[in-house]
Amino acid sequence: MRIRANIYKNIDWITILFYFLLVLIGWINIYAAVYNEEHRSIFDLTQNYGKQLIWISTSVILILIIMMVDANFFSTFSYIIYFLVILMLVAVLLVGKEIAGSRSWFQIWSFSLQPSEFAKFATCLALAKYLSTINVDMSKFKTKFVSTFIIIFPALLILLQHDTGSALVFFSLILVLFREGLSGSLLMIGVVVAILFILALLINKFILIGVLAIIAVMIYLLNRDIRKKLIWIIGVFIMASAYICSVNYAFENVLEPHQKKRINVLIGKEKDIRGAGYNIHQSKIAIGSGGFTGKGFLKGTQTKFDFVPEQSTDFIFCTIGEEWGYVGSFTLIILFVGLLIRLIFLAERQRSKFSRIYGYCVASILFFHFAVNIGMTIGLFPIIGIPLPFISYGGSSLWGFTILLFIFIKLDSIRLELL
Amino acid sequence: MKRNLSDRKYVINAIFIIVGVIFLIRLLYIQVLDESYILSAESNVLRKNTIYPNRGLIYDRNEELLVYDEAAYDLMVIPRQVKQIDTVEFCMLLDITDSAFKAKMHKAKKYSIYKPTVFQAQISKEEYGYIQEKLYKFPGFYVQLRSLRKYPISIAAHTLGYIGEVNKKEIEKSRYYRQGDYIGKSGIEKFYEKELRGKKGTEIVMVDVHNREQGSYRNGRYDTLSEPGQNLYLSLDADLQAYGERLMQNKIGSIVAIDPKTGGILAFITSPVYDPNLLVGRVRGKNFNNLMNDSLKPLMNRAIMGTYPPGSTFKIVNAMVGLQEGVLREGTYYSCYGPATTPIRCTHDHVSPLALKEGIEQSCNPYFWNVFKSIINNPKYHSIKESFNSWRKHVTSIGFGSKFNTDIPFELNGNIPTSESYDKIYREGHWNALTIRSLAIGQGEILITPLQLANLVVIIANKGFYYPPHLVTAIGTKGNRIKEFNEKTETTIDPKHFKVIQEAMLNVFEGDHGTARWAKLEGVHICGKTGTVQNPHGKDHSMFIAFAPKDDSEIAISVIVENSGYGSTWAAPIASLLIEKYLNDTISRPYIEKRILEGNLISRN
Repeated sequence: MRIRANIYKNIDWITILFYFLLVLIGWINIYAAVYNEEHRSIFDLTQNYGKQLIWISTSVILILIIMMVDANFFSTFSYIIYFLVILMLVAVLLVGKEIAGSRSWFQIWSFSLQPSEFAKFATCLALAKYLSTINVDMSKFKTKFVSTFIIIFPALLILLQHDTGSALVFFSLILVLFREGLSGSLLMIGVVVAILFILALLINKFILIGVLAIIAVMIYLLNRDIRKKLIWIIGVFIMASAYICSVNYAFENVLEPHQKKRINVLIGKEKDIRGAGYNIHQSKIAIGSGGFTGKGFLKGTQTKFDFVPEQSTDFIFCTIGEEWGYVGSFTLIILFVGLLIRLIFLAERQRSKFSRIYGYCVASILFFHFAVNIGMTIGLFPIIGIPLPFISYGGSSLWGFTILLFIFIKLDSIRLELL
Repeated sequence: MKRNLSDRKYVINAIFIIVGVIFLIRLLYIQVLDESYILSAESNVLRKNTIYPNRGLIYDRNEELLVYDEAAYDLMVIPRQVKQIDTVEFCMLLDITDSAFKAKMHKAKKYSIYKPTVFQAQISKEEYGYIQEKLYKFPGFYVQLRSLRKYPISIAAHTLGYIGEVNKKEIEKSRYYRQGDYIGKSGIEKFYEKELRGKKGTEIVMVDVHNREQGSYRNGRYDTLSEPGQNLYLSLDADLQAYGERLMQNKIGSIVAIDPKTGGILAFITSPVYDPNLLVGRVRGKNFNNLMNDSLKPLMNRAIMGTYPPGSTFKIVNAMVGLQEGVLREGTYYSCYGPATTPIRCTHDHVSPLALKEGIEQSCNPYFWNVFKSIINNPKYHSIKESFNSWRKHVTSIGFGSKFNTDIPFELNGNIPTSESYDKIYREGHWNALTIRSLAIGQGEILITPLQLANLVVIIANKGFYYPPHLVTAIGTKGNRIKEFNEKTETTIDPKHFKVIQEAMLNVFEGDHGTARWAKLEGVHICGKTGTVQNPHGKDHSMFIAFAPKDDSEIAISVIVENSGYGSTWAAPIASLLIEKYLNDTISRPYIEKRILEGNLISRN
């Protein structure tokens, strides 16, 4: 009883403040994005901002439930929750409703539910559960394999729904694996592979291979210690060359046409401001026209008049950028980065390995969403349709992120009880 | 050896911060440093709608409406905004062919892909309703309210002129005009373009991605109001004009009637005429071409562009010059031997010798040859050239040989030969009165326009001065009269010399041998002079000048009926009827009217 009385004292109100600030910013901008003279009432349930109010209030109920549930529930039932979500992901493939090319929605009365949003916290729970069991060591192959399986399995199911964006989110959990001991060079290799991928698309492969050869020779000549490892240098060089050659092939033959187009537009190979490049072009115009202080609340012209698509969901940042200017986008980015750093801080103070790993999972997933969503609106990323956490309109996504975050806040609040 | 894994939080935090910083730098660049996005945004959503003011109305001297505006609609296109439209449906909507669509789009794109261009001009109200309903399907297209000129009584087409789309040259000349704007192309519409057009306004509206208007931009802060054009009040008398046009039907020629007291033109008739409504709207192009290709040149305003030798009417000018120079007196007698006279024979049968009055009344050629000879051989001057220049000075002082430059565009100068031109033809010192004797009877190199001829009549009626002939008396309100038209212009002829001329011209109607005695009007003293202009290309032109009443004249008139023979046959009765119409507002001689109306003098070759 003594401990229970202290729960509220132990809750991290700073994170909660971040959460409500972001939700509030989100709602204000959804209102602005879909605002029109005819529907002024903020409770107008035919409009996204009216609906979002429902999602926010139900999220508060979810928060209260999570805070009241025994914290052990989440670690105890994590595999079961994971399993149930996997079932939902399979079910949605069979009976789901297709919206915009993705079969990822359950239609329940007039509301749609997107199970992939719930797969995120479930996967986090399962991963945390697995990695926190004794005898798990990231250096072992089995651990890597099982972890990867836990992550990849829901991602593949989501990929089958043609929701590439949501599937990619799961790869952010590599950060968690890194924290838990995955070799840093693997992370580096991942980065190098990504860079080579882009370069391979941009530059003629023979020139690129030539440049790589020069780099290899320079490394060999300048670094005496490494001379013994000549075989390694040659091996890496050959692999890199083969990779470069295969990228072009893969790009042409594996990716779907719209994905190819999006990448081509991003790297500037295609200038198509009508078709594939239209969204990104308009999105940049909207944000760019905001200037330093923005056009003012409800004064955005680009977003309001439908130049920017998906303005209350994936492209909500355009409204913020246009109406609140650099000041607004600066504030939002500071809030997000602040939240992420706070989450890492909280995770590191956990005594329980489960809580810590879960905390990292939350931070990783929120980071991926933040980075990709804003990155795409300002033209740094190809367009991948994923929401901006807490900000974008959408019941499933708000619920999903709320559950994801508040399970961690709950775990953190009882960190002194857990061992 | 293995480092503490919890240190990896720094790596992860660093990743978060680096991404955050990259975003902040990128946003600083696109939001603050690069201003091009702001411009793109503005052009994305703002559309400048031009608000065309109503063009000024045009009234006649009795405030009868001659020209007004009627609403019409132009379908505009902004090529940049046109994307993925169903051209088949669009063509069906407008009832145009696919190739016409492509041609129009090409033309619009060539002008500008950002600026609006007229895609289909002057859509009627009915079509507009139909098209507007479906226009939302075709982004880039919108309808612009315009107006068309309407002529409730279709008269005075040449005088009023017409408006048409500005051409490239006109756009370059004035920054006011944009492609597709209308501009006065001729007549009053051209001369008073600035007054009539008013001032265009602009309304900046925001449009969404579907090209739907979303309301005014910043509550209309940047909108400018349009100003309606100013109304014009003409000196023209619509009834007289209409009557004159009727009388001139099936005849080629011109009538100019002027109010001698003001210089205001009462009737400005050229024939053949056309219905001004023909040159309005979409039919304009086709009709214009038809008129253009017509062998009778209906588009030509003969009142200012037709140049004719003045013929016998010019005898009055020579009489004026002779009197002024002192070589001619009322009692100067000359002999006439009829057809046997040299160097110019007489075609009229009259007493001989005869004095000035009879000379004018009976239009005696030998008499005026003698007058002209006395002018040119005037001992006052040392050379023929000098006396000729003096003659020319008098003749040009009455407005011959140059434009009045009032408010009538496309006037021609006519021609009063110079001594230099004769030097060129005959060599200096090798010409004399005899060489240029044609001038004595208004033939030869001398050419005048019907307007100049009418102005001569004004001078005679006014005894020596005139007000520059003009069409518009007031701008805006009827009281706001144009000042420069009220400036009296004196001629070189002394008023005292006109008494005998007026009396002689009265005799043209009222004398026993007057050449226009058949066209005499009971109760009104009309002064006139016939002219039968020899025409090397065909039948003589019938010419007549007249003013009435003799004292305190209210109307001065010149009539030319091309290729119709004697001045007394056609031109004189027409002038007489018009004077009666103007002064009495009735026609007491229906038999004359009937003959004129039924006269068909046009032979198409």
